Amino acid sequence: MVIATIAFYLFAAVTVAAATMVIASRNPVHSVLFLILAFFSSAGLFVLMGAEFLAMILVIVYVGAVAVLFLFVVMMLDINFVELRQGFLQYLPVGGLVGLILLVELFLIIGGWVSAPQASQVAATPIVEGVTNTRAIGQVLYTKYIYLFQVAGLILLVAMIGAIVLTLRHRPGVRRQSSMQQLGRRRDQAVELKKVKPGQGV
Amino acid sequence: MTHMTLPSLIPVIPELALALMIMALLMFGVFRGDGSTRAVSWLSIIALVVTIVLVGMGPTEKTVAMNNMFVTDGFARVFKTLTLLGSAVALILSFGFNRDHQMERFEYPILVLLATLGMMLMLSANDLMSLYLGIELQSLSLYVIAAFRRDDSRATEAGLKYFVLGAVSSGMLLYGCSLIYGFSGSTNFVGIAKALSGVPHGDVSIGLITGMIFLVAGLAFKVSAVPFHMWAPDVYEGAPTPVTAFFAAAPKVAAIGLFLRAMLSPFGELVTDWRQVIIFIAVASMLLGSFAAINQRNIKRLMAYSSIGHVGFALLGLAAGTQEGVRGVVVYMTIYLVMTLGTFACILSMKREHGMVETIDDLAGLGRTHPAMALMLGIFMFSLAGIPPLAGFFAKFYVFMAAVNAGLYILAVIGMLASCVGAYYYLRVVKVMYFDQPAGAFAPVRGELALVFGATGLFTLFFFVYPAPIMAAAETAARALLP
Repeated sequence: MVIATIAFYLFAAVTVAAATMVIASRNPVHSVLFLILAFFSSAGLFVLMGAEFLAMILVIVYVGAVAVLFLFVVMMLDINFVELRQGFLQYLPVGGLVGLILLVELFLIIGGWVSAPQASQVAATPIVEGVTNTRAIGQVLYTKYIYLFQVAGLILLVAMIGAIVLTLRHRPGVRRQSSMQQLGRRRDQAVELKKVKPGQGV
Repeated sequence: MTHMTLPSLIPVIPELALALMIMALLMFGVFRGDGSTRAVSWLSIIALVVTIVLVGMGPTEKTVAMNNMFVTDGFARVFKTLTLLGSAVALILSFGFNRDHQMERFEYPILVLLATLGMMLMLSANDLMSLYLGIELQSLSLYVIAAFRRDDSRATEAGLKYFVLGAVSSGMLLYGCSLIYGFSGSTNFVGIAKALSGVPHGDVSIGLITGMIFLVAGLAFKVSAVPFHMWAPDVYEGAPTPVTAFFAAAPKVAAIGLFLRAMLSPFGELVTDWRQVIIFIAVASMLLGSFAAINQRNIKRLMAYSSIGHVGFALLGLAAGTQEGVRGVVVYMTIYLVMTLGTFACILSMKREHGMVETIDDLAGLGRTHPAMALMLGIFMFSLAGIPPLAGFFAKFYVFMAAVNAGLYILAVIGMLASCVGAYYYLRVVKVMYFDQPAGAFAPVRGELALVFGATGLFTLFFFVYPAPIMAAAETAARALLP
């Protein structure tokens, strides 16, 4: 139990620190790297809660795909982040005020929150002993919810077709590499012999 | 390891077959390239026809499948048939335009088919989750089709506008769904109805009613009813004309069908609560559709306002909340579909040497230059205005009758007044065609367009001679939804 508590505080502290560094660091590439660290430590928190499937999904999807995509975008786009941050002090009073009001409202709502006594029992889904998360999701996803799962797949198909239809262009005159053509080239097509007369150059 | 039985697939055979045909056509198109567009288009139409046949062969009584998330009954069958027909005709209408405007790419029919599949899922939704996924499958395909001419700034603007506003409406819909789930404890339509049945009217929780109102708002956006209509004129004007024809036909029919089911099946007990909302939406749509269209010069924009007005008239039948009202809506949507497709076939024939024209003034003197097309467009305009004995009159007649029999006299009177105002701008088109100086002839009309507006025009003209089959179908649909 002690080890779990220590691990929790370790992961939580790292998450908060990394999240702060995401917005605090000057270099956007460092921000993305800190974001990845934040994702990893949140995944650790999920493992501590017994949600190992979510932890793995977080690492695979967010670190493996989303964060890498961010990194690409940050590196490819030439955005001057220092310039974007100018006027920070100018907007601070208004932004701070809005933040403060939101915080007070949040406290008021959470302070006045009374949940029905039977709500926690209704909300909790019984976990079958000895069945892992992944298996439990798989058992309902491909049986009870197979219809929704397949329709979601169709929606993703539409998204893919749409992205291709709206952005893919075949430009004429682009020199593509064709290995068949390269291999099929013969010596007489590629090499031209010229007789160079002495003293005249090519 | 317990043995699991496969879910019963018989009720979903039409959808399953359509999905498989879409994927086969997609593969065919990808491997054959854009040269195969014509073949893919024709095969898509065949796929839609095959699906209509499968829908017709499906179970006639109410059948649920897929863990109660999918339902098929007489109501779904009628609306699915209408939707599939609308999509097939819209594909036929797109041939000539797509070839002339560099839109001849095989993805177009594929996306139309995917949108149609989404509409079929919407019409068979028996659960808030399947309702949402059906709507998203349809909407996402429609956003892409709206921006299909990606080099045209108006089309991309239309696509983007539709996408952003559609996302907002999906947000409202989902918020409503989550409230409904939270307060009724079920996402299933049957479960919601069970949670509501037997509860005295005053005791229904306000959270559930709020959720239902958000659901209504999301659905009203999809049918472009006032006050969620703002996207329609811009999208209709900006999108390529065949796309506009498709938007005005099949998705509208499907969304109205979903609206009917979502209101009457889970929330049948709350009729007094949603009726006032529907009445407001219907009245506002009828009035805006009539008055805002008066000043339009662009015929596509005019059709957008006209479609907003027609949705208002159709919602009158829903406001009645009776079996007769549902029957009226089914008849209305059938006739609306036919009239709209015919009108757009005429609009797509408005072509001069330098390209398409789309203002009403370009129609001047059509009565002398193209008498047959002018006659048909005239029939559609008279019918859209609701002048007897054309089909449009009967469409309005049945919903007004239902409203009157449900005691909504004022609503019926407002509807009649709105349709009188609307008659002005429909008849102005007729006046421009027959009494103004000719503005120059159009290019010869393509064969398939002439076929479509000829067939739909004859249907509109002679509907009153033999309305029995459509009335019978509407009767079965209404009886399936409200036993």
